[in-house]
Amino acid sequence: MISDKEIRHIAGLARIKITEKEEKGLKKDLSSILEYIDKLNEVDTTGVEPLYQTTGLADSFRKDEPRGEFKMDESLNEKLIGQAPHKENRFIKVKSVFERKK
Amino acid sequence: MHMHKIGDIIKLMINGYTIKDIKDGLAKGHFTAEEIFKKYSDKIRKENKKLNAYLSVFEYQKQKFEIQNSKFEIPPLAAVPAAIKDNILIDGTVCTAGSKILKNYISAYDATVIKKLRKTGATFLGKTNLDEFAMGSSTENSAYGVTKNPLDITRVPGGSSGGSAAAVAADLAVFALGSDTGGSIRQPASLCGVVGLKPTYGRVSRHGLIALASSLDQIGPITKNVYDAALVLGAIAGHDIFDSTTVPGVVPDYTENLNKDIKGLRVGVPKEFFAMPTGRQGEGLEDEVNQKVQESISKLKNLGCEIVDISLPHSKYALAAYYIIVPCEASANLARLDGIRYGHSAKEAKTLLDTYLESRSEGFGAEPKRRIMLGAYALSSGYYDAYYLKAQKIRALIKNDFDDAFKKVDVIVGPTSPSVAFKIGEKASDPLSLYLSDIYTVPINLAGIPALSLPCGNGKASNLPVGFQIIGRPFDEETVLRVSYQLEQALK
Repeated sequence: MISDKEIRHIAGLARIKITEKEEKGLKKDLSSILEYIDKLNEVDTTGVEPLYQTTGLADSFRKDEPRGEFKMDESLNEKLIGQAPHKENRFIKVKSVFERKK
Repeated sequence: MHMHKIGDIIKLMINGYTIKDIKDGLAKGHFTAEEIFKKYSDKIRKENKKLNAYLSVFEYQKQKFEIQNSKFEIPPLAAVPAAIKDNILIDGTVCTAGSKILKNYISAYDATVIKKLRKTGATFLGKTNLDEFAMGSSTENSAYGVTKNPLDITRVPGGSSGGSAAAVAADLAVFALGSDTGGSIRQPASLCGVVGLKPTYGRVSRHGLIALASSLDQIGPITKNVYDAALVLGAIAGHDIFDSTTVPGVVPDYTENLNKDIKGLRVGVPKEFFAMPTGRQGEGLEDEVNQKVQESISKLKNLGCEIVDISLPHSKYALAAYYIIVPCEASANLARLDGIRYGHSAKEAKTLLDTYLESRSEGFGAEPKRRIMLGAYALSSGYYDAYYLKAQKIRALIKNDFDDAFKKVDVIVGPTSPSVAFKIGEKASDPLSLYLSDIYTVPINLAGIPALSLPCGNGKASNLPVGFQIIGRPFDEETVLRVSYQLEQALK
C-alpha cells in the first residue's frame, strides 16, 4: 500500500496538483495496480537482457543537412508560437524562474 | 448514385461502401469524389449525435487527381472518405487527443500517414473520439463523452480507437485510422464487428501521432474487410526520416497474394490464451467468445491448415509488464504538456511551478493522472530496477516465446478480447478490470509483431460480434492478411 506521503511526493514529481479526494482515489487505484504488477516477481529474470525495442535497428543515422520540409516563415511561426498562452512578438513568455533581489 | 442491382442495395444497407465500391462507383460515374464525400458528411451530421464517434468534421477539399488530366492514373484510394483518430495531426485543424488540455490545439503539420493518404487520394471526413491520450479500452475516458457502439448504443465500442471503429461499423466512413499501443485498434474492431490491423513496430511512421508509449505505439487501419486493410496498410507503410524506428526497404503490395490458398500453413494455438488466469472472478474468456474462436480454428483446418498446439509461457505476465512500461513512457511523453508552449494554461497560476501544477491538474482527466503518477513512481529514484528494468526483462522473455513459436508455426491465432462489447459504465469504477480486456492484445505490442482482428461471427448468448486474432512474424503482414482474407471468405 502506498502511503499518503508517497502519493503527495509522486504528484509533485509528476507536476500535478491533486485534491484530497483525488489523493484518496489515487492511493487506492495505484496500490491495487502495483499489487497486480507484483506478480512479475514470480519470474526469475537472472541473466535476462532487457528488451527496449523490437526492430533490431541500431544507430539510425541520417545526413545532417537541411531538408527544407519545415521552413520557418511568418505562417509557421504563427502556427507554433501563436498557440502559446503567453507570448510577445515571436517569443514565448514564462514566469520568472529566479526571484529578483530586493 | 444511380442504378444498383438488388444485391448491391442489400450490401449497402448492411455495411456501406468498401474501398473497391468507391473505386467502381467513381470509374462508372455513379458519383464524383465530392458527391460521395458529401453523402458521408450528411450521414455524419444526422447520426453522429447518437454515437459521438466524431469530435470534428471537415469540409470537402478538391483532390489533386480531380484537377489533373484524366490521362493520369487514378490513385488507389481516390475519393475514399476516411475518418482519422483524433491523436493524429492534420495540418491546420484541431487535434484534442480526447483531452481537455489540448481542447484548442491546432496541428502545425500533417502526420506522415496523412501525407501518404493525401498522395493516394483519400479524403478526410473528420477526427474521431478516443480515450484521453489513447489511454483506455472503452472510449469512456474521453473528455468529450463516451462513444456508443453502433450495434447496441448501451454498450461501449471498445477503445482507445472507439470512435474510429464505431464510425466504420456505422458506415460513417469507408475506413479509419487508429493507433494501437496495447490493443487500441484490434479490441474496438473486435467489439464493433470490423477489421482492425496493428502493423509490425517499425512498419508505419508515427511522425505526427501524439505519443502514448513510444516503444509500443503503431498506427494502423480499421476497415470493413481484409482487402481494404491490405490496401490502406500499403498506402501508409514505409520508411520515414521523421521516425527513426521505421525500417528501410520496399513496401510490398499487400493485396497481391490474398487469393493464394493457405493449404499446409502451420497455425499455432497457444494454450495459455484459453486458460489465462487473471486471478479475478468473471474475468476469464467468455464461453460464447471461445465457441466462435474454436469454430474459426476448425475453418482454418478445413482450409488445409495444420493446427499446432503451442505455448507462450510468459504471456500471462504481459499485462503486468505493460502497466509498468506504458505509464513510464507516457509520463515522459506527457511532460511536454506544461501550459507553456501550447494547450491549456492555468489562468490563476502565480509562479512558474504553479503554472505546471495547475495547468496539468485542470487539463488532464483521471486516467492520464493515474498513469503519469504510476510512471513517475516506477521511474523515481530507487524503483527503476524493481519496475521498469524488471518489466523490460519480462518483455524480452515474451518476445522469446513468440520467436520460439514462430520456428514451429507461420501464424498464431486466438481471441482478440475475452468478451464481447460490455455495457457503458460496467467497468468504469475499477481501472484494473478494464485493463484486463486487453489481455490477448498486449503481448503482441510488447513483442512488436503484427496482428489483425477479424470479425468471426456473433456470440450465441449476446448476438454481438466476436473478434478472431491472427498474429504473424515481424514484418510478415502479408501472411497475416492472407490467412485473414481466406478465413473471411470461408466465414461468409
